[in-house]
Order: sequence, then structure tokens, then C-alpha cells
Amino acid sequence: MSTKVVERKPLTAWERSYVPSILGGLGVTWKHFKRTAPFLGNKPITMEYPEQKWVVPEGYRGAPYLVKDQDGATKCVSCQLCEFVCPPKAIRITPPGAEGQPADRANAEKMPLEFEINMLRCIFCGLCQEVCPEEAIFLQKDYSLTGVSREEMVYDKEKLLKLGGTHAGVQKWKHKLEEAAEQETFPVETAAATEATK
Amino acid sequence: MSATATLPAPAAVPPPPPETVTVKVNGKTVQVPKTMPNWQGKPEPTTMLQAARVAGVEIPHYCYHDKLPVAGNCRMCLVECGTPMMGPDRKPVLNEDGTPKIARSVLPYEPGTPRGVIACATPISPGMEIYADSPATHQMREAVLESLLINHPLDCPICDQAGECKLQEYSVEHGQAESRFVEAKVHKPKAVDLGPRIILDDERCILCTRCIRFTKDIVNDDALGIVNRGSYNTISAFPGKAFDNNYTLNTVDLCPVGALTSKDFRFKMRVWFLKETSSVCTSCGTGCNITVGAREGVIHRFEPRSNDAVNGPWMCDSGRLNYKWIGRADRLREVRIGGRRSNWSTALREISGKLSTAPAGSVAIVASARQTNEELYLLKRLATRLGAITDSIVREGEADGLLVSADRNPNSNGVRLTGMAYTEAGIQLPKIAAGIAAGTIRSLIVFGEDVTAHGLDAGLLAKLDLLVVSDVLPNPTTEAATHLLPGAAPVEKRGTLVNTKGRLQKFNKAVEAPGDARPEVEFLQELVEAVAGPIGTATIEGLFNRMTAEIAGFGGVQWAAVGDTGITLSL
Repeated sequence: MSTKVVERKPLTAWERSYVPSILGGLGVTWKHFKRTAPFLGNKPITMEYPEQKWVVPEGYRGAPYLVKDQDGATKCVSCQLCEFVCPPKAIRITPPGAEGQPADRANAEKMPLEFEINMLRCIFCGLCQEVCPEEAIFLQKDYSLTGVSREEMVYDKEKLLKLGGTHAGVQKWKHKLEEAAEQETFPVETAAATEATK
Repeated sequence: MSATATLPAPAAVPPPPPETVTVKVNGKTVQVPKTMPNWQGKPEPTTMLQAARVAGVEIPHYCYHDKLPVAGNCRMCLVECGTPMMGPDRKPVLNEDGTPKIARSVLPYEPGTPRGVIACATPISPGMEIYADSPATHQMREAVLESLLINHPLDCPICDQAGECKLQEYSVEHGQAESRFVEAKVHKPKAVDLGPRIILDDERCILCTRCIRFTKDIVNDDALGIVNRGSYNTISAFPGKAFDNNYTLNTVDLCPVGALTSKDFRFKMRVWFLKETSSVCTSCGTGCNITVGAREGVIHRFEPRSNDAVNGPWMCDSGRLNYKWIGRADRLREVRIGGRRSNWSTALREISGKLSTAPAGSVAIVASARQTNEELYLLKRLATRLGAITDSIVREGEADGLLVSADRNPNSNGVRLTGMAYTEAGIQLPKIAAGIAAGTIRSLIVFGEDVTAHGLDAGLLAKLDLLVVSDVLPNPTTEAATHLLPGAAPVEKRGTLVNTKGRLQKFNKAVEAPGDARPEVEFLQELVEAVAGPIGTATIEGLFNRMTAEIAGFGGVQWAAVGDTGITLSL
């Protein structure tokens, strides 16, 4: 391997005055100014964050939040699978225990006493959403999570439910209850039988 | 509970009967004893399930249980099998290579279809072949599981059994990937209050009747039964009666699904988070083997651990639920000298200084039969050095003829073996009281007992120069202590105990002691070494081996020989 010695010419007095470099730099600035300045009829090419917010694409993995069903009830049943699967152990669920508050959804028997996600630990991998058998937790579109203390970055159940909003889905517990109520009527009226009587 | 079923004689395993039967399991030839113990320990013809176990093949089952009568109703253990073909001359038909020809079991009216037999109730015969892995067997298992799942609610997310559910496990191992059932499921009562400690979810029940057989045949409380017909079959207690005996929680362990769940453990923690530690129940002298389930320093449940020499697979409800005091807020967690917070080094230095100069006969020690052998051995060393008068406290209740012993101390035999009390505990207490009253006894060491309830009242204790008390929970004695040393609960330390029948068993540490509290062995060792000279070993294993070598009653047993299920001493 050979070495090539690059010749470094000594700067002339004119060059050492900085004037040619400054002029060259101003030239570059002027060129881009002409190309981008809005009042010269150019379209803006930067986003004025945070006044303007980026619209994230579909399937973006932002912060995980808890959702409520269409009846405004908590969907989470505290099965703790997300807590188990969470790679950085960001999720911590306190189960209700035997004397805990009953679930606000009829027939579901169980909902978490407390549900905390440490957003400083969360890596937005989406495994919690994937593992959830109740469709109760979703990675949403929030990407800018800020707080002034570590405690503030641990989101509790109330905050997660508020941020998560509503997700309408199959209400399997409600459906089971309806099915059980139907079972009590006799003879069993099926849809086909109702059609036939008409 | 018949004595033979739960508490078989702790004698060595009887030699295998000379008569064996040769069978083939999955193509592997094995010699199996002709008879094997049934649920009561009596010899009965070996079943296919037992023979497969000998060959190392586990046949899936729900209703079968080693310690319960065979019912054969779940059909999960259906397997295909074959027997040697017999010719019209009643001689075995042979293949061309001379091996006996095997006739696979088929339906009599449909010879093309394999006929399964239930492995749990079918005895083996010579030359029988068990096909636990054949396509027909797999098909039968799939079909049985599909049938069991027809009306199963699949509410695993809210079911406490999830994670240790046989229905989940077998569905993964042997089930179909998808349900073909499109009709509406039959709905049954949910969250039925069966008794003070049990909740029943009828939808989840697969009607294996293990709970019914347990309570009828083991506890002799015929409390449960099946009511209604067909798909509406439900487990029920006798109308108007609660399922309430001291062994109900065993049905929760027995239940292969989440139908019977514990009220105490209900919705407390998912089982896969629990760290399991082998331990021993300390609620009475039986010393049932248990598994402690804890997560992050919090005890969530005790479960029985199978040990045929002590408790079989069962334990009583009162012992199982006797763990809540461990996490009590008023646990002693500070070393205190004269009521003020101190630290271990100061307290131990002060105590050892005072004890070293105490004249012989001026010290008394009250030990507890709840302490481990190692702790008692260390106390005995201290007592010998100080010429101290020692005793322990008797704790008696009523025996129930099953597992609960009249002796409510877990280590009365340990107290006797180490010599901390005479054959009768408690007879020295009046002498100690008199000694304190007369002023001859100036120092008293109390471990884990409230002596004010046993004749040494607060007035007497106030006369002492030195009152060293180690305990776990506060009581009048700990309040009177000049030196208070916070100790550890059994689940917070390691050690050995000797049960009423002389079974020496060890238990392990499941959680950490709170605050400054330390396992007694640790600080006792420091104290004894400061007063009576070095012991020469720093580990609990070394201490145990030293103790068994010194005390003849322990018969020189080595720590390593004790094992997870203990060893029986001849008392």
C-alpha cells in the first residue's frame, strides 16, 4: 500500500483575509434562500414543528394506550399477558384480587385495579397489542411523550384509558350474556323459525 | 381419609413383586409388575396407564388421579392397543418370523375401525401392545378434546387456572387448531359460591368428578354431586349446604380446569409469575410438604407438594391459608435496645458481653418448637456454655384424624432431640418463674414465644437485667425486651424440622425478611461464637452436619441425604 502525499499549498494573503470564503458562503445561502423563501413564491419544504404536527402513516407504532369499548367500559380484563410478554418490562398490572372492584363490563368478572406503563421503558414494539386476547391495548399514533419527571412518565390506568379512546369491536362477554339469556326461553326461537312463521 | 391412602407407612419402598408382565409401549418392550398400588396403596392389576408410565410414556388424562378411585369418565386416556392373536386351538398365532401375531382392538361390529380402550381402567395382559402414539390414538384424543370443548366458555383471560390448566395444555398438545362448533354454547351458572373458600364456574367444568371422589372417599364428606342432565350437567353441593370442610381447597388443585377456584387466590396473580419454592407447612406437627408461590417478595399462595411419606398430595385449608401474617404491616423489622432503634452489631456485642460475664445458672432460655433444628442446636450450645435452664412451649389443638395433628408445633421432636426441653415441654417454666422471682435468674433469652401467656408475666420480666427476645410479630414479651432481635418467618429462611412421626424435612427460602430482620441462624451463630467460641462452619449445611454428628438422635444424617421429601428418623 502506497502513500500519496497531498500537497498543501500555503494560503495567499487574499485567501487568508477570509473574504473569498465569506463571499462563497453567502453565495450558497443566497442560492437556497431564492429557492425556498415563501415570499418569493416558493412552496415551504420544512414543517414548523410543534405548531405543525406530522401525520403518521397507517400502521405506525406509537405509544400503547388502553381502549374502551363502544359502551364506554374498560376492555382490559387484567389477564397480564402483556405484562408477561413486554420485553423491557414497561407494563405493570395490579390484579383486582377477590375483593376488588368488579369489572365495569357485565360478565367479564375482572378488570385491573391498576395498569401502569412506564413510557421511558416502552420500546413501542407492539407485542402487548399482539398478545392481547381482549383487544384492549393498541399502539396509537403518539410519538412525542414528554414529562418533567420519571414519575410523570409512568402512565396509570386512568391516563391510559383517557388517551386511548374507544375501540369498537366484538363484545364477546356481552354476547355470551345475551346467549345465556336466550337459552332461558323455550321453545328456542331460531332466525329460520321466525322467518317461517312470517 | 384412610390412613393407607394418605399416610402410607414410611417404610422403604417394598421390593417389586417377582411377577412381571411383558408389554410393549410404543414399540418398546418393558417388564411391568403384575400388580401396582391403587389409590389406597393396595395391590391391584397394573393398568395400561401405569404400564405406560413405567415405559416413560405419559398418557393424557383428566379424571384419573393416583390417589383417587378410578372413574373412567373423561375418556381422555383412550388409546389403541393390541393383544396376541389366539388360534382356535387356544395357541398364539405366530407371524412368519416366529413373533406372536397381534390383533389390534377393533369395533366388533365394524372391524375396520380401531376401538380405543381407556388406559386408566384397563388392566394389562401378557404380550399386550399399547399404541400411545398411533394415528388412531391421536384421532381419538382430538375427538375427545373437541367434545370437551363444545360447551367450554374459553374464558382463559379471566380464568385463574390459565397457565396450569390441563385443558389448555392438552389442547395445545393434542387438540385441533380450530373449532368446528358453530352452534350456541350451553351456558351454565358462573361464579357460584360453593363454600366459604371455593368458587365454582360450571361452564368450565369437564365433569371429571375428581372433586366429588375426593370429598367423598378421602375426606368422608359426601358434599358434592352432579345434577341436571346431558349438556346441562353441573357440579353442585347438596341444596342448602355449603361445601365446607377443612380440605376443600384440595379440590382446586385437583380440578384439571378452572371450574373450582380458590376464593383466597381469586384474581390475585397469574400463576406464571409465581416463583415456586419447596417448603414445609409449619402450622402443625404433620409438616405437610408445600410449594410456596411468591412474586417479588409477596407470598401469593401455598400449595401441597406430593410426599407419600407425609401428606400424600393433600394439605388442610387452615395450613394453606396460614400465610397472611407473613406480610403483616406490624412485623418486627427493627433491632431495638431498651425500646430504641439500634443495629445488629451493637445489640449482639452488648448481649454477648453481658452473657459472657453472667455467672453459671443465672441465665434461662425459652426456645420455641417453631424454630428449626439448626437454631435449636445453636441455642443448646449457648445453654451448655452458660449452664442455662432451658424450656419450650407446648401448643396443642385437636387432631382431625386426617392431616391436622394435635401438636400444633412443627418441630416438637426437634426440641426434644436437641435437648432444649425434656420429654415433656413446659415443665421447667415454673422453675424459671421461681428463679426470676427469687432473683437467681438475671437473664432470659426468649425465641418466638410470648412467655407472658405462660406464667412469666410482665412484672416478673421487669425484674430481669437482660431480656433478649427474638420474634416475628409484636407481643407483650417483645415489648418488655431489653434487646429485641427481629427474626424471620419460615418462608424467609432455610432449615430443617422433625415432624411428629420423626420425618426430618428441610425447607427453603422463598422471600426476603423485611427491614432489618434476619434469619435467626445467622445472628445466633454470631452470638454463640462470641460467647461460646467458634463453631467452625458458616453454612447451614455445615451446621446441620455438625449437629447430626453430635446428637445421636439425628443418626448422623448428612444434609445432602435429606432430599426434597425428607428422611425418616427412628425416634
